[in-house]
Amino acid sequence: MIAYVIRRLLATIPVMAIVGVFVFLLLHLAPGDPAAIIAGDNATEQNIAAIRTRLGLDRPLIEQFGSWVWAIAHGDLGVSMFSNLPVTTLVLQRAQPTISLTVTTLLVAVTIAITIGVLAAWKAGTLVDRVVMGFAVLGFSVPVFVVGYLLVYVFALQLRWLPVQGYVPIEQGLWPWARNLILPSLALGLAYVALIARITRASMLEVLAEDYIRTAHAKGVATVPVLLRHALKNAAVPIVTVIGIGVALLISGVVITESVFNIPGVGRLVVDAIARRDYPIIQGVMILFAGVYVLVNLCVDIVYTFLDPRIRY
Amino acid sequence: MASVAVPVATRPGRVADLLRRSPTIVIGASLLLIIALAALFAPLIAGDPIAFQPVDRLQPPSARFWLGTDSLGRDVFARVVYGARISLLVGLSVAAVSVAAGLVVGLVAGYFPRVDTVVMRFMDGIMAIPAILLAIALVAVAGASVKLVIVAIAIPEIPRVTRLVRSVVLAVRALPYVEAARSSGTRVGRILRRHILPNTVAPLIVQATYICASAILTEAGLSFLGAGTPPEFPTWGNMIASSRLYLQIAPWTIFAPGLCLALVVLAVNLLGDGLRDRLDPRIARRM
Repeated sequence: MIAYVIRRLLATIPVMAIVGVFVFLLLHLAPGDPAAIIAGDNATEQNIAAIRTRLGLDRPLIEQFGSWVWAIAHGDLGVSMFSNLPVTTLVLQRAQPTISLTVTTLLVAVTIAITIGVLAAWKAGTLVDRVVMGFAVLGFSVPVFVVGYLLVYVFALQLRWLPVQGYVPIEQGLWPWARNLILPSLALGLAYVALIARITRASMLEVLAEDYIRTAHAKGVATVPVLLRHALKNAAVPIVTVIGIGVALLISGVVITESVFNIPGVGRLVVDAIARRDYPIIQGVMILFAGVYVLVNLCVDIVYTFLDPRIRY
Repeated sequence: MASVAVPVATRPGRVADLLRRSPTIVIGASLLLIIALAALFAPLIAGDPIAFQPVDRLQPPSARFWLGTDSLGRDVFARVVYGARISLLVGLSVAAVSVAAGLVVGLVAGYFPRVDTVVMRFMDGIMAIPAILLAIALVAVAGASVKLVIVAIAIPEIPRVTRLVRSVVLAVRALPYVEAARSSGTRVGRILRRHILPNTVAPLIVQATYICASAILTEAGLSFLGAGTPPEFPTWGNMIASSRLYLQIAPWTIFAPGLCLALVVLAVNLLGDGLRDRLDPRIARRM
């Protein structure tokens, strides 16, 4: 088991290395002088030269890449061009809203998705099934920001039940914090719910056709334990896989959701950085999000061995 | 080639039959056709999407402005119709580009084990970068243009196509008829083209529709964030972004493009689901 975890951990190194090369080259292969791009339109020749030296752009490309990777390995994601603060500091300042939003969404979405997915598989072919599947197709099709504005319009502007936008830190109370997260989580989670509900239904349908399910029914096990203990447990591997892959969906969605609901998180940091062409922030957050994605999927691979002891690597 | 494995009804007499057996294909395709025709003949059915009349700003829908006007007094209906052009263009182009690139890479990777390891590692790396961030970064570095948006959205889709094609190649290359072709001295290029490629057509058509749907969503997201199509083109994403402050007093400025966006993507997804059920019964049983 430990050997497997170590092996799997080592396998993430080449993946992250490719992410690193890609993100690094993005700035360096761009047309034009990166120093000039960073300095902006009204920069003097001196400014540009200073930036070039500070970023080490006058050194060979491979050397630059080496020191860049070395810095990242030490938790240094570079310095923001605009505010002159370390990217790591900026990200940490804005980490709480983003983590709150994604973790809440993840928990709520997975709970809802598995429930309706199991229900649809259990009642396969009935109206319940068709409603769930219809909802799933719809969930894939409506963009995050349209769902977001729709929710804001109905629940914040018309009914006035929930705040329109903003974020309240958890230190200021659990309810104010949660109240502000409800609408963003729903908007962000819709596509994710659709994705997981679909795979849950598909995976459950396959398991429910097995002989041991019929045996369990025949020996008088109640329906709910059959569904949950016999079926869902055995249907779990593909579901967990999709939960892991779907995190990419959440990460992309977070950037847009934070913009819709004016949440001062890491996603907003990136969006504001586009307008200012603050490359170190864009690069840093890309590396960070890619790292999170790779880590989540590493965890998923490890969870497999618990869910299905037959899986041995 | 494909017609051997893919008996899709095309003769007019079979449309009713198709509607009965795969209603989603018919619904999705007709919705798309209507929207595509509207986009194609935009100048005939809609007014000027750019002209602004400050006097007419934020007018609710009326006989003169079917979907009202936005904060600059521009005709929302005209902008929605012209916006369809960008969405469809980006959706189709991204599907074409990523399927073409993924097909070539997948065929090669699947057939040559030595190339496989390197290529698939590389694809894993690209897949790890969130699509929207990759596109944002590309656009930020190279400047906004429709062409760049297409490339930027296509790149993260390539690994998915590659994986799909590769899995087909791996399954097929061990089959006796491929072995027979190889042992009788058929050249590699011909084996890939004549014996392996046809097997990828059905799953690729299905995958292409899903890529098209997700590309339309990503383009809208990029435009919404101000990192996509240059702002002088009306797109559904930038229409919503520029109207966000008027959600309360002029909801039509947001929900008209929003509804179109949802409808187009829904149509493409329905078409994809229908095609999957028809073309790929193995997956259809699982989903």
